[in-house]
Amino acid sequence: QLSGPIVKSPFSTDEELSSLETVTTYNNFYELGTDKGDPARNADQLKTEPWSVTIDGECAKPGVFTLEDILKPHAIEERIYRMRCVEAWSMVIPWNGFPLADLIKRAEPNSKAKYVAFETVVQEDLPGVKRNVLQWPYREGLRMDEAMHPLTLMAMGLYGEELPAQNGAPLRLVVPWKYGYKSIKSVVRISFVEKQPETSWNMAGPSEYGFYSNVNPDRSHPRWSQAKERRLSGDTGGLSSLFSSKSETRFMNGYAEQVASLYEGMDLQKFH
Amino acid sequence: MSESIAATNRLGLPALRWQSILKPVVFVLALTPFVYLVQSLLTGGLGPNPIDALTDTTGTLAIRMLLISLCVTPLRGLLKKTWPLKLRRMLGLFAFFYVFLHVSIYLVLDQQLDVAAIWEDLAERPYILAGTMALLILIPLAGTSTRGMVKRLGKRWVSLHRGVYVAGAAAVVHYVWLAKGDLIEPFVYLAILIVLLGYRFVKLLR
Repeated sequence: QLSGPIVKSPFSTDEELSSLETVTTYNNFYELGTDKGDPARNADQLKTEPWSVTIDGECAKPGVFTLEDILKPHAIEERIYRMRCVEAWSMVIPWNGFPLADLIKRAEPNSKAKYVAFETVVQEDLPGVKRNVLQWPYREGLRMDEAMHPLTLMAMGLYGEELPAQNGAPLRLVVPWKYGYKSIKSVVRISFVEKQPETSWNMAGPSEYGFYSNVNPDRSHPRWSQAKERRLSGDTGGLSSLFSSKSETRFMNGYAEQVASLYEGMDLQKFH
Repeated sequence: MSESIAATNRLGLPALRWQSILKPVVFVLALTPFVYLVQSLLTGGLGPNPIDALTDTTGTLAIRMLLISLCVTPLRGLLKKTWPLKLRRMLGLFAFFYVFLHVSIYLVLDQQLDVAAIWEDLAERPYILAGTMALLILIPLAGTSTRGMVKRLGKRWVSLHRGVYVAGAAAVVHYVWLAKGDLIEPFVYLAILIVLLGYRFVKLLR
């Protein structure tokens, strides 16, 4: 249970929530294993206490902060966001967190800080880390204006509870208009950098996974059509879920009104 | 020859030859994953995305059964016994059964017979093309698997059924191409396929 009051947000969608079971048993968190059920099965192997986050790079107030230091000044909001995975499934998740912008302001980035780079913890004995499925640490990045956008969230909980390990405990990023892998889990480092940082899936398959990775039904992908998505909703398992139809994927995952201005004049096929 | 075997059987000597239970045992083993899958489906054991789980599982089973059926010839050669041949038709048909399930789930449950979406998959995703190739090769093989067809086609049956090598390769390529990040399982199948086809190639050269 999260301590303190939880403030509702006007950014929340009123779509049907994915059940807690769905949100916490169907995950991509390759450090904990590559099968969708692995992260929940191996959740107890992730050590989240103690936890510290390094903030460094082009800023006035770098340092190594405990999780408590990071969380203390921020009111907890509830943000119900759509989450669209590049694998063409989606969920609706009630996150608990605070705007990344508020954290960034505390670090006082300077004028050279054009991008924000993130890293996930590397714990050598995690099953996926041992196998080098990706180059660890898992890393992600945002352009400064994306990071400062009011939709961009640092989450420490979901459904009013602390984040389970499989969902990126104890602190993760949530960027709702981008494919899920941009929303990096279990963050231990936030760096302000001048050049566009390397990002894990882009390193693994540059033609498939771009730096921006905005949800875009019009950009074809060699593995999954991005035109439609299967919503994984409340009930799990029942035979009826076999006949649930796919829905049309929306440009920017339905957040275009808020974020399209960030990409004005950009060729979104090239900068995918 | 066949008469003497029949006579022995009629006398019940020996009481139960292990070869006579071989086929039913292998039949039950090959059907077990299907039963398990149906049971998981009915009990919600396939998790929040059952269509994906069904597609993945039947696809993997199809490839495994194809590889197992490709083991028959090398097994006969290595053991210098003919009993593995008795299993070949059944194993091949089981492979086709899992391929058929896999493709039906993709077409009916995943794509919901949306012709435009299926066409887009074929046109833009090479792994779908490879999988389709495997299917198209296997259909006539399954259709000509009866004793009658074996007799009627004679030598042509043997040439036709060499198509299973191409189908097996296409199926494994399909899997290697679609796998994301974790390539261990598809590469294990690829290695097994290379050994099984390599065995035949070496035989051919000798």
